[in-house]
Formats: sequence, structure tokens, C-alpha cells
Amino acid sequence: MANLTLLQAVTDGLRTAMRDDPTVLVFGEDVGPKGGVFLATEGLTAEFGEERCFDTPLSEDGIVGAAIGMAMNGLKPVAEIQFQDFIFPAFDQIVSEAAKLRYRSGGQYTAPMVIRTPYGGGIRGGLYHSQSGEAYFCHTPGLKVVIPSTPHDAKGLLIAAIQDPDPVLFLEPKALYRTVKGEVPEGSYTVDLSTTRTVRDGDDVTVFCYGAMVPVCAEAAERAAEAGISVHLVDLRTLYPLDEESVLEAARKTGRVVTVHEAPRFCGYAAEISAIIAERVIEYMEAPVTRVTGFDTPFPNTLEHNYLPDHRRVLDAIERVHAF
Amino acid sequence: MSDYDVFTVMGADGSATDHDSGLSEAELMHCYRTMLLVRAFDDTAMKLQRSGRIGFSIPNRGIEATQVGAASALRKTDWIFPSYRDFGMPLYHGVEVVEMMHNMFGNSLDGSKGRQMAVHFSFEEPIHFLSISSPIGTHIPQGVGVAHAMKLKGEDSVALISFGDGGTSSSGFHSGLNFAGVWKSPAVFLCQNNGYAISMPTEKQTASDGFAVKGEAYGVPGIVVDGNDLLAVRQVTAEAVARARAGDGPTLIEALTFRMGGHSTSDDPKRYVPQELVDEWEKKDPVMRFEHFLASRGLWKEGDRELLYAECMAEVKEAADTAQATPAPGLETIFSDVYAEVPDHIRAQGEAAFDLARRKGDADGGGGEFPL
Repeated sequence: MANLTLLQAVTDGLRTAMRDDPTVLVFGEDVGPKGGVFLATEGLTAEFGEERCFDTPLSEDGIVGAAIGMAMNGLKPVAEIQFQDFIFPAFDQIVSEAAKLRYRSGGQYTAPMVIRTPYGGGIRGGLYHSQSGEAYFCHTPGLKVVIPSTPHDAKGLLIAAIQDPDPVLFLEPKALYRTVKGEVPEGSYTVDLSTTRTVRDGDDVTVFCYGAMVPVCAEAAERAAEAGISVHLVDLRTLYPLDEESVLEAARKTGRVVTVHEAPRFCGYAAEISAIIAERVIEYMEAPVTRVTGFDTPFPNTLEHNYLPDHRRVLDAIERVHAF
Repeated sequence: MSDYDVFTVMGADGSATDHDSGLSEAELMHCYRTMLLVRAFDDTAMKLQRSGRIGFSIPNRGIEATQVGAASALRKTDWIFPSYRDFGMPLYHGVEVVEMMHNMFGNSLDGSKGRQMAVHFSFEEPIHFLSISSPIGTHIPQGVGVAHAMKLKGEDSVALISFGDGGTSSSGFHSGLNFAGVWKSPAVFLCQNNGYAISMPTEKQTASDGFAVKGEAYGVPGIVVDGNDLLAVRQVTAEAVARARAGDGPTLIEALTFRMGGHSTSDDPKRYVPQELVDEWEKKDPVMRFEHFLASRGLWKEGDRELLYAECMAEVKEAADTAQATPAPGLETIFSDVYAEVPDHIRAQGEAAFDLARRKGDADGGGGEFPL
């Protein structure tokens, strides 16, 4: 066991996968000798050479398009998009190509690949270094969408994503890169995709969250406990395909649900959680199924701390659904 | 017109007295038969669409020599990243007509299992012919990725990436050529300049001096070839393939040809193509030109086309009848191949669809249990 930051766990996951499987390649903008703008790929070119960890031209659709081709021809590409905000030139390649290749070719061609990209706010990155675009991608059959929130999960989910036979979008909460630390097993292990993680067991209110909102919700749960409210906190961690049964079970457990994300509210991921609960377990609900999200505005710079849900907003929602 | 010389082998009358194409007599005749097979397929598909038996097709008439000449320079271990108008390429490499017809009818034996519209072929054998995607240019960086993987794996293969004049405006063209130039990928880019992108003439597509020149900015040498000269297309493609196999990097080939029909069965080219242009290109018919060449080698005589075309038509018609008689894909094919394993939520939706089919007596549902 090593005590690693989430960022170090990502690097460890990449290094472990590359050591175990010579077909694993890492590439993207500045990921080579520099080691990436966040240093997630630091040391990989030195250890594995420029053929396995390399810089590409500055073109997201080129990076993802080429990754699809490499995957088709038997390699295991792990492409980095420098910021999730920059992924949209590759949207077509991800949504219409990688995600649909198996389907449209009747299984003749597949694109087992991983696209890693840092997402979310909290670094004073303003409009174009802060977005949370998970909902766009969770609307895409054929794609898997994963967001870790702990160093242990970051490494285990990443290795699982690299071994997965389908394309995986791996969104890394950049706000947590260096702010969370935890025990990470050495060597290879996987965390099963499409499972949720119970962060804290409780009886009064269920809170669903993922990524950078997990520590925020944990803080809110702690304060709720001080006020006598027992929170059942669930880290969704694989957003798509979702382990729906575990979500329904956690919702039924308390009958009071709050879902938290930093992305805008309208058609956001919490809307799907709310809809699943409304369709399948509404008879268990004791209070309105509630969302705490970013605002339906672009992401601000100076006032990002007002935009991002914090423990006060989450606690306020917990108290409201508890008192209902 | 471009400053580039247009590479030709055959004269307008098919003369190519001392040219060595590297093709045996049998291969030359296979090229010829493949062009006629494309023509028979085209003619049949048009009739099938007009009579309502299929929904859609794409005419290939006029560009057969570009397709077949380029395909003839490839080995079975090479990969083709096709445009949607490349019928001659799979046929040259031995894909059965009936396999293509299964796609035209979207039946249960279609490579795409009826999920894609007609002309969106996908073949793994006998040559990799990548499943066609309708958005333009997306396959270009993918082909470069396959080529880069060939290089990294030490394979002696190349990727032929085919697209039209309109495709050169797509972002995929620019990123694909740029990546291939930087990586010295074993890729051959084939721009089939057939005059129009649906209704848009080339002068509305680019202000540059033709399309071959666009490669230069990416360090990819460009060459212009007479696309109606099968032997010329074969030669420049063979040279580009040889460069790629030798590790000398990619080439951009611009083949000058002309689409002697609409963009698709839904298009009327009379609305935008001047008749004089059609008349002019009719005289440059690539099949007729190749016949003259074959005749000069003692391989063709008057009447041979009719005989061979009739033979091709019989093959295509039989394939169409077989494909039409083949059942539609089962309801479960909506839900399979989304992922390697069917996730719970898709399984639940599949089960619900089968349940509804059972309860409401929907014949298409088969009335059985969800099989996945």
C-alpha cells in the first residue's frame, strides 16, 4: 500500500497497465516528456519510450480519431484530452464513431479505448477549464462514463477501463487531483465498472454524488450528523451504464433523496436519477426528489465558489428533504 | 486547373503500347469485369429503388476506374477506409455481390445487421473494408490510427483512405493528414475529385489550386492522376503503397474523375450539372477506355461487353432476389452489439419490447423470449 494523491494514483494506474500489457499506449497534447499539464503522465515516456507515451498535434478530433483506428487494429490506446472543455471538437468521433462502431459493423469492428480528461471546477479556470460535460456523454449508448473520487478508485477504475472491451470516457475531478490522498494497493487491481460505492451508511436521507462533489457531500453529511440527521451517501462512480438497482435500493432505504453535481441542472445527470426513482420507487418517497447542482449558466471565474455546490448548499437540501 | 501535371498512362483511345501495369492478363480482365459488375450493381440498385424494393442507393457510374485501379494496388492484409461511393473496391477483392445486396435490403445477413441504411457496407473478410459512416471525413484520422498501429506493430500493411472532393473540407481531412505527416504513417489518401459534393462544384469547396496541393502543407506529397485511366490510378496507388510499405510515409492522390449520375437515388443532378459537362465526360467513359486498351492487347473484341455485362447482371439479380428473400433482422438485434455484454438497462428495455410484441401479437417480435 502506498499513500497517494488521486493524481499519483492515475499515473500509477497508467504505469501498471503499461507494464502489464505492451499494447497499452498513452498519448495526447504535452503528455510525453513534459508529463502532461497536470503531470498525470509524468515519467511514462522515460520508462516506456516515445513509441508508447507520446505527444500528438493539437487536434482533439485527430487524437480521438487516431485512437479509434489504433484500437481497431489491436492496440489499447489511452488518449488524454487536456481539459474536458476542449473535448468538443472530438464529440463526433466519440459519440458517432467510437460509441457506434461495434453496433454499426455488427461486431466486426470495435474500439476498446480510454479517453482520460480532467473535468470540473475549483481551480479558477473560468469558462473553459472548469466544465462538467458528463451528461452529454451519458446520453450515448455504446460509451461508458466513469468518474473516480478516491485514489483507490482512480487506479482500479482506470485499469478496469483500459481492460474493458468498449470505449470508456474517464473523467478525472481535477479539483481532487492533489487535495485527496489515500491508500492505494501496489500492482494491478480493478474496480468493477458499473458498481456504486457507499461512502457512508445512514438512515434518514440518501445523497447521490460523484467526482469532486463526493468530499463536499461527505462534509455536508458530517455536519448533518451533528444536527442529528443520518445521511446515506453514495458515490455513483460509473455514471453510464449505471448500476440502477443499487441506486433504487439506496433511495428506498431512506425515502428521501438529494442528488448533487456541479454541472448545470437542466437535463443534467441528476435529472436521470430523479426520473429512475420517480418511475420505479416513487411509492417509497417521503419528500420531493431534490437536486443540488451548478446553475444553468456558463461557468464563472471569479465567483466560481458561488457557482459550485458547497457543503452549505448540500446541507440545506438535506435539511429540507429531512424536514418535509 | 492545378499546376500539377496530370499523370496518365492510356491515351484517350486506350493506347498504352509499351506500358507494363504489373497486372497479369487474368488480373486485367478481373479489373474489367469488376467495373462491369459495379455498373450492373448500380443499374440494378437504381431499378430496385425506383420500384420500391430498396430505399436508397448511390450511383458509381463514371468513377469505376478510380475505385478498381486503386483497389488493385492493395493486398488482402491492407485496410480500406472507404467513402460511400467505392463499390468497386470490395468487389475487386472478392466480396460477394450477395453480401453487398444483404446490406442494400438491410436484412438479417447484412454485416451491419440492418442497423445502417443501404450502401453502408462493412466487411472484415477477405479484406478489411471499414464499416461506412455517413458523416464526412471522420474515417480519415481513424485510417491514420490504423496505419500508425501497423507501424508500431511492425506490420507490412497500409491503409487506403478514400474520400471525395467535399471530404477535403472536413476537419478529419486536416487532422488526418497532419497526424499522418508527423507520424510518417503507412497511409495512402485517395481524394476522388468527381466534380461535385452533392450539388456543390469544386470551386465552391476550395479556393486552392486543386486538392493534391493540400497535402504539401502537411508534409504529404501530392499527385494528380487521371481518374478515368485505370492503369494510371493503379500505378500511382502502387507507388504510394510502396512508399508507405517502405516506411517513407503517406501520399495524397487526387484522382480527376466525374460522377455520371446523381449523388444518390434522392438527387436530381440535372438541377445543377450542366449537360455539356456530362456530354464531355461521357466521351471519357473509363470502361470504354479500358476496353480499347484491352483490345490493343488482344484481350477484348466488340460484343464482349454485352456478354460480360449480361453475366454480371444475372449474378446481381440473383443476389438481389436472395437478399430480398432473406428475413429481416430479429428484434433482439436492436439491443445487441451496443456493448460487448448487454447491460441491465438495455436488457430490461429488450425484455419490455419482447413482452409488448407477445402481448400485442406483433409478428416482427417473433413472440418469443428476449434471447440476449
